[in-house]
Amino acid sequence: MHHTIVIGLETHVQLLTKSKLFCGCVNRFNPENPNTQTCPVCLGLPGSLPVMNREAFLLSVKTGLALNCDISQFTKWDRKQYYYPDLPKAYQISQYDLPFSHDGFLEAEVEGQGVKRVGIIRAHLEEDAGKNMHDETGGGRDSHVDLNRCGTPLLEIVTEPDLRSAAEAKAYLDELKLLLNYLGVSDCNMQEGSLRCDANINLHIHGDDGSKIATPIVEVKNLNSFRGVEQAIDYEANRQLEIYEETGRKLGDPGVHKETRGWDANRSVTFGQRSKEEASDYRYLPDPDLVPITLTADEIDEIRQALCEFPADRRRRFSEAFELSAYDVSVIVNQGAEFANYFETVAAECGDGKQAANWCTQDVQRELNERSVAIGEFPIGAVALGTLLAKVVANEITTKSAREVFAELLESEAIEPTAALAQIDQIIEERGLAIVSDTGELEGVVETVLAGNQKIADDFRSGKQGAIGPLIGQVMREVKGADAKVVRQMLIEKIGK
Amino acid sequence: MDRQQVEKTALLARLKLSESEVVKFTDQLTGLLDYVAILNEIDTDDVEPMAHAVEVSNVLRDDEPVASLARDDALSNAPKTDGVYFLVPPILTEG
Repeated sequence: MHHTIVIGLETHVQLLTKSKLFCGCVNRFNPENPNTQTCPVCLGLPGSLPVMNREAFLLSVKTGLALNCDISQFTKWDRKQYYYPDLPKAYQISQYDLPFSHDGFLEAEVEGQGVKRVGIIRAHLEEDAGKNMHDETGGGRDSHVDLNRCGTPLLEIVTEPDLRSAAEAKAYLDELKLLLNYLGVSDCNMQEGSLRCDANINLHIHGDDGSKIATPIVEVKNLNSFRGVEQAIDYEANRQLEIYEETGRKLGDPGVHKETRGWDANRSVTFGQRSKEEASDYRYLPDPDLVPITLTADEIDEIRQALCEFPADRRRRFSEAFELSAYDVSVIVNQGAEFANYFETVAAECGDGKQAANWCTQDVQRELNERSVAIGEFPIGAVALGTLLAKVVANEITTKSAREVFAELLESEAIEPTAALAQIDQIIEERGLAIVSDTGELEGVVETVLAGNQKIADDFRSGKQGAIGPLIGQVMREVKGADAKVVRQMLIEKIGK
Repeated sequence: MDRQQVEKTALLARLKLSESEVVKFTDQLTGLLDYVAILNEIDTDDVEPMAHAVEVSNVLRDDEPVASLARDDALSNAPKTDGVYFLVPPILTEG
């Protein structure tokens, strides 16, 4: 007997619009000032009417296209009815039978396994609810409700049950998050709840006789970190296997329903949630307050044409254009669109993709980590770094010297691009870092050094190859920026005479 | 419409019905549904379901924020607040 884990993910993504989905309240994470971003529409006051935010719909369609979905030419909004204090209207405006997109896929690279294609059943647009805060002390005090988030645009992306392990789920989520970053659709800030995930998990148990049994499906809610998704999947797989072995209960047995469980990140366990009595009876009905949206094939095409380059395409292009390894390309592209753009400018300026990749993924990345900032706040602009590296590529300065200049540029915060270029030249000049390969200038110094070190020269003549090291060192101290290779060559020639 | 369905509908609507109301509404709602059921006599096999009562589509607004209500105003209709949050009876998360 062996088993397969079967996982489908529902991901909720907050859209980066300026205002809410159906009203003009600002769409901003603002828990410090509860209930300051509401109006009659999002409070559900009688007589108020929702009006659809054009940008929210456009961002949704872009995402649908990027997920290879069919975009509906006719889409409408429905009321999903349930009572909960974070939703004062007592219904959520969502999409039921005619979502704006359906039947797509996303491909993600799973470590050590290759590319996994994950089917997307649908993506639909809906409004978010507010936030309830409960009395955690168990003292039974009132729950607090903040409705700042209520009515903000939320995209729900539902996968087919195509995922077979925690690692595959993680790979899918990483790629999805990256794609949304490139599209500029969401900031995917998980601490702020911009990306939240529910996982539907069960097991297929394969008997030795070729039989297959499915365990009851469990939906795990409240997964607000990718680590949590991975842990919850592994935890559920073990739990469901144990319960199956104990009880033999399987999907389709009388009285077996889908179970909803919560995720406790502190204890790393899932726990049973009171099933919302019969509340799963959502009584969807078309929202009479909102009219449908129609799109022509031409309009859909126009949006498609205006889409940015997706991470997968960019990986492909970088590896061809800059002759980089798949690993280097992934490291760069997976840092997000801004970082990839930075790299591309550096590479174009210096004309050497490998050099640019090394610097971006090592020197630049190290500084970003130390400063805990994004590439947008990095003091050295891409053109400046590219110009600096061009000098290394052209053999005008050594890599070691370039690091010196880089370090000094870092000291001066946020330099103007043109000023940075002048500063690079100035630092090279002041520190005498320019490689001196002009033999005329070196000649005299080499002769002086040889004259003062006859013994070492003799040692070298008698076969001690290492003896030449100190001589190179002395010349380099005299002429900063001397090319060590040239100096070595000159010394060998002169000793040989 | 039977008694069970009326009780479920009342629960979903968060309405508490007395015994006599359950009996009364079962009777009334049955009458209502029977009346509306006349529509079932029409053959709608080749008719596309209507998504909206008015033949209008694509009513959209620009993504421009406007001023929200002051917090005091937002909270003013609530049965219970602490001046910052809406307060509601404790919600259990774990059962």
